Amino acid sequence: MKNNPVFRVAAKILFAPIILFGLYVQFHGDFGPGGGFQAGVIIAAAFILHGLVFGLDQGRRLVSARVNLWVMAIGVLIYGGVGVVSLFQGGLFLDYNALTGSVVSGQHIGIILVELGVGVTVTSVMLALFHAFAGFVEDHS
Amino acid sequence: MNDGGLIAIFLQNLPVLVVVIPLLLAPVVAIITAPRLAWAISVAGVGGAFLAAILLQSITESIGRVTYHLGNWEPPWGIEFVVDSATSLTLVIMTGLAFFATLYARASLMSEIKHTDLGKCYAAWLLASGGLFGLVATGDAFNLFVFLEISALSSVILISMGAGADRRALSAGFNYLVIGAVGATFYVIGVGFVYAITGTLNIADLAARIADIGGGAALYAGFGFMIAGIMVKAAVFPVHIWLPAAYGYAPSAVSSLLAAIATKAALYVLARLLFTLFAGVPDITELAVTYVIVPLSLAGIFVGTVMAIYEKDIKLLLAHSSVAQIGYIALGFGLASSASVAASFVHIGNHALIKGGLFMAVGGFVAALGSRANLASFVGIGRRMPITATAFTVCGLSLAGLPLTAGFISKLYLVRAILAEGAYVITALVLLSSALSLIYLWKIIEVMWMQPAPAKAPNLAENPAIYVPLWIVALANIWFGVDASWLVAASRAAAAALLGGGL
Repeated sequence: MKNNPVFRVAAKILFAPIILFGLYVQFHGDFGPGGGFQAGVIIAAAFILHGLVFGLDQGRRLVSARVNLWVMAIGVLIYGGVGVVSLFQGGLFLDYNALTGSVVSGQHIGIILVELGVGVTVTSVMLALFHAFAGFVEDHS
Repeated sequence: MNDGGLIAIFLQNLPVLVVVIPLLLAPVVAIITAPRLAWAISVAGVGGAFLAAILLQSITESIGRVTYHLGNWEPPWGIEFVVDSATSLTLVIMTGLAFFATLYARASLMSEIKHTDLGKCYAAWLLASGGLFGLVATGDAFNLFVFLEISALSSVILISMGAGADRRALSAGFNYLVIGAVGATFYVIGVGFVYAITGTLNIADLAARIADIGGGAALYAGFGFMIAGIMVKAAVFPVHIWLPAAYGYAPSAVSSLLAAIATKAALYVLARLLFTLFAGVPDITELAVTYVIVPLSLAGIFVGTVMAIYEKDIKLLLAHSSVAQIGYIALGFGLASSASVAASFVHIGNHALIKGGLFMAVGGFVAALGSRANLASFVGIGRRMPITATAFTVCGLSLAGLPLTAGFISKLYLVRAILAEGAYVITALVLLSSALSLIYLWKIIEVMWMQPAPAKAPNLAENPAIYVPLWIVALANIWFGVDASWLVAASRAAAAALLGGGL
């Protein structure tokens, strides 16, 4: 597909809007349908489209395995970190009310951060799955 | 709002920290490339869980039952962690053995898997441990399923890590993945049924509502699916078929961890389902234990033992013997008297010590031999590696149930409990199987000690990083054989908490 101009142009045009839509789903998630899981998959779809059209090598140059692993871990740590911070604020694990001391701002910040952690990790896990399966033939032949 | 610093925070959040410390250190370990640092963090993580479990045990001894509401959501809406005497004893056993297995893991994993995989291996190790601790600590039927998945998927990764030494680890891991997924699916289908008729997922709340409902096809279907699913995870005969290959081809340290804690957690859940969640429908649980669990346990005891007698590969032999030992534990739960359930808890602890130690010792042999441990390579190994071989023998004699070892205490309490039920046939079968287990054990001991080492066989180096944790576990086997009072008292409290119907 690398040499087909239609795919190349379409992928370039679609790449940013897909991510933008993913971010919309991400930040919509704390008060409506949406959230980290769905957003993560949508954002990963942009990178997977890029990888499909421009090839796995380009995809791996865009997001290397090392960076992807870090992002994966950081997402989980954002989620867990919210829980740990709430412990240090004297609350129970993942008690958003304890985060800032106010119910409204605590709940807001808590759910945004937790969804962000989910979104970040889902994105990188989807991408890692794609790279692992797409690269299987090259890496093991 | 912070009052009293780190220690106060630690003490106030013990039930969740048992699970969260290992789980949250897993991503940290995953990105670390230095194996030694990754190992140190893993030891700290599992050690933290061990410490929390010990404190929980002392708390439940005095006040009985601790609950923890995640996110400060009241149950039954929020997820609740519930720790009573049965939970805390299981947690102490599991975290303790996981701690020593982690201490032991560095040298053993170093010799058995690719060094570039070590960081990810420790991450999976922490996830598996944390997931299994969560399985025991949680008081929510669906949350239990999530922990089931976390621990199963990470266990598959750990088992597949054995592929560096033996490619059969891959098919073993795949089998466990597929069969384990069937088990987990059965469990969640069962949860779906009981959720449909009760509208709740909190185990204590479920138990109360199920007692009110009292019967019906949906409830029985849910019961059947949940019990069958957990039996797959606990490797009760005949759904144990994933276990021998999984333990046999995994890296030795992983076999030691999983043999000590993985099936134990599932057996604990099985007991929880029978005696807490479905306590309100005694007709169906009695039917299940009498006609399903007791006969299958007995069958498992004999099948596992006979398979072990004919097996020549040491790790596979120990794995087959695990099937038999799981049978003893399930048998105790199946008889459902307070004495037999207590005996099961005693054996959960002792078998974790026995099998944990044996697999550690085999890992020591594998590291020194550089090949798989089988009867042929064991010839005269007692003279070539006396420290490891002695520890192996101690744990082995404990497995056979020789007096002054932990295994003897298990058999003693189990046989006493069965006799108290007046089940003489079962008593005879247990004693017979116990005698049969001497056959496979003696086979190894004879080869190890009584046959001379092959001519010109070099003396093998023994690594203190391997034999020190091994000997701690081996000495624990003797300690709990001589003075079992703590374990027996804790097991009786556990049985009382479990059968008291209170969660």
